[in-house]
Amino acid sequence: MSELQVKTMAEFMAEGKEAELLFWVGSAGSFDDRAKKITKAFVQIMNKANVNFGVLGSEELSSGDAAKRAGNEFLFQMQAMMNIEVMNAYNVKRIVTTCPHSYNTLKNEYKGLGGVYKVQHHTEFIAELLAEGKLKITGNLNGTKITYHDPCYLGRANNVYDIPRELIKSLGVELVEMKRSKRKSFCCGAGGAQMFKEPENGAQDININRTEEALGLNPDIIATGCPFCNTMMTDGVKAVNEGAAQVKDIAELIAENLL
Amino acid sequence: MGISNIIFLIVFAIAIGFFIRNLNRIIANIKLGRDIDRSDKPTDRWKNMFRVAMGQSKMTRRPVAGILHIIVYLGFLIINIEVIEIVVDGIFGTHRFLASVLPIGLYNFLIGSFEILAILVLVACVIFLVRRNIIRIKRFWSKEMTNWPRTDANLILVFEILLMSAFLVMNATDSLLIAVGAEHYTTSFSNPISQYFQFFFSGLETSTLVLIERFTWWFHIIGILGFMNYVLISKHLHIFFAFPSTYFANLNPLGQFTNLESVTNEVKLMMDPNADPYTAPPADAPEPESFGAKDATDLNWVQLLNAYSCTECGRCTDNCPANHTGKLLSPRKVMMDTRDRITEIADNKRKGVEDTKALLGDYITAEELWACTSCNACTDACPIDLDPLGIIMDMRRYLVMEESAAPTELNMMFTNVENNGAPWQFSAADRLNWKDE
Repeated sequence: MSELQVKTMAEFMAEGKEAELLFWVGSAGSFDDRAKKITKAFVQIMNKANVNFGVLGSEELSSGDAAKRAGNEFLFQMQAMMNIEVMNAYNVKRIVTTCPHSYNTLKNEYKGLGGVYKVQHHTEFIAELLAEGKLKITGNLNGTKITYHDPCYLGRANNVYDIPRELIKSLGVELVEMKRSKRKSFCCGAGGAQMFKEPENGAQDININRTEEALGLNPDIIATGCPFCNTMMTDGVKAVNEGAAQVKDIAELIAENLL
Repeated sequence: MGISNIIFLIVFAIAIGFFIRNLNRIIANIKLGRDIDRSDKPTDRWKNMFRVAMGQSKMTRRPVAGILHIIVYLGFLIINIEVIEIVVDGIFGTHRFLASVLPIGLYNFLIGSFEILAILVLVACVIFLVRRNIIRIKRFWSKEMTNWPRTDANLILVFEILLMSAFLVMNATDSLLIAVGAEHYTTSFSNPISQYFQFFFSGLETSTLVLIERFTWWFHIIGILGFMNYVLISKHLHIFFAFPSTYFANLNPLGQFTNLESVTNEVKLMMDPNADPYTAPPADAPEPESFGAKDATDLNWVQLLNAYSCTECGRCTDNCPANHTGKLLSPRKVMMDTRDRITEIADNKRKGVEDTKALLGDYITAEELWACTSCNACTDACPIDLDPLGIIMDMRRYLVMEESAAPTELNMMFTNVENNGAPWQFSAADRLNWKDE
């Protein structure tokens, strides 16, 4: 992988310049080992397309999503207001993020607290780059079978179902759908702050149920667009049938097939 | 005006009176909820109501139940035109009043359509009964579907079957009476379905036919009046409340949760360097509302309206990933508990009985609330846009912000977010380390 070009908003400011958009890395994208690979893949894509983006680096705080879904509205609003203060100071207008949870809260919940931005999920942004011709990919992954798991906070929460699928198909692969897909998609089990706690007592873990469904299609790759879904499905594959399929973010699939 | 007209008027007035009294009680119960402003976007709200409640757009996502439901729904709406005629006949002693004011072709068309719908409704209700009691579809037998909810559902279906049968028998005997030239029975009408019912009654004495015709007439109208009142103590209330529930539904993206305004004010105060943290609120300030919901009265009136609108169809629970994998949570139970609890609070108030229970704890346990992944499968699945997730979240807020009763791991997550701005214990200074790794 060639050297990644990443500048912070503070560096832009010091140079007297402004970034066109802010890449919201998110806590998972910054700290989780698996999610960091997604972050880097997406940066590689943006570098390739010469996107003029900045990150907040150490000035970024948790979006507050997990705190809010766990019922801690205080903590959420404190995080949100501090983030908004920083972003508004940098005159941020446009945000792209690889995390549907950050995407949802930045797009829908920050605006009521004074943070009004155009927010895109990375799949929406990549689709734009491709459409504008700023990015070219090889469409010859013939024979690869991929199923796509809809992240709840991208799908049902914000009605983004088709763009991720179009990106996958543009790689020339066979996209197979699970019975429970799009609006009927089955959660990976991480949302609503479940990521940070043990599941309640039950007959089965949610991610196992979902992984069994995905593996039932015998895919080579389970694709998704969320670092939490990625963790849950990766753990699921390990538990159900280790090595049966790879779990990958769409950004990784695109980055591996850049022309 | 004969004695039967007077009896009819009395029965009719009592039924309407009871209905209005009990409907007003339910509306008063709903108003026990907190205020919420849903007066925005009236055009979008009307559209949503037309599409979802009238147009049944979400019902048909499950085609079998959806189409059968549309038949019963249309049957119910259209056959009720017949009630106008029955009420006028009942009060004024006329017979088939509409035939005297409508062109005969139109009258025949109407009665003919009613008969066809009646038989369709009847068949649909029989299929519904089979699905519930013989095929035993799982979602109608889950834990919260105890004796009463199951009986309630069956009663409604049996009721509808009896009403439709009475209507068809009434028409069948009426036609026979016309054929023998009985007194009063002179208005012929189209009878595409009931003509096949005549077979059962042919050969009976005229007086017996009159008796059956009158009995079914009375049965039909008293049945409808009774049904109307029964609806108010039943899950069947959705036939009225689906409309306001879809009108006042949450029209924002499903992922957008409310930002608690009371919290915003406090956080702004905390972040304002000029604010004096020691200022006491003015003495006449109203008692602050709790953060989140402990009891049904802490929910807003739309949530309570939702609770009364729930038809216990179970599509929410059927789609819930937590429920599907054996956790305690059932979104349908959340709606049912909310309805039962607000009714209990109101009844106790009316009777002056001391009330020591709460929705949280006595009805819904913390374990149920903590099983939710906030995935919105329930809200998406609901055929009338009810929002169990909003109630779950408000109760989590109470648990966390008023009782500090989050699971330990979540408390650790909160501490991390507070201290280092990430749900894990990593320093904010290291946020960009991935760049060079």
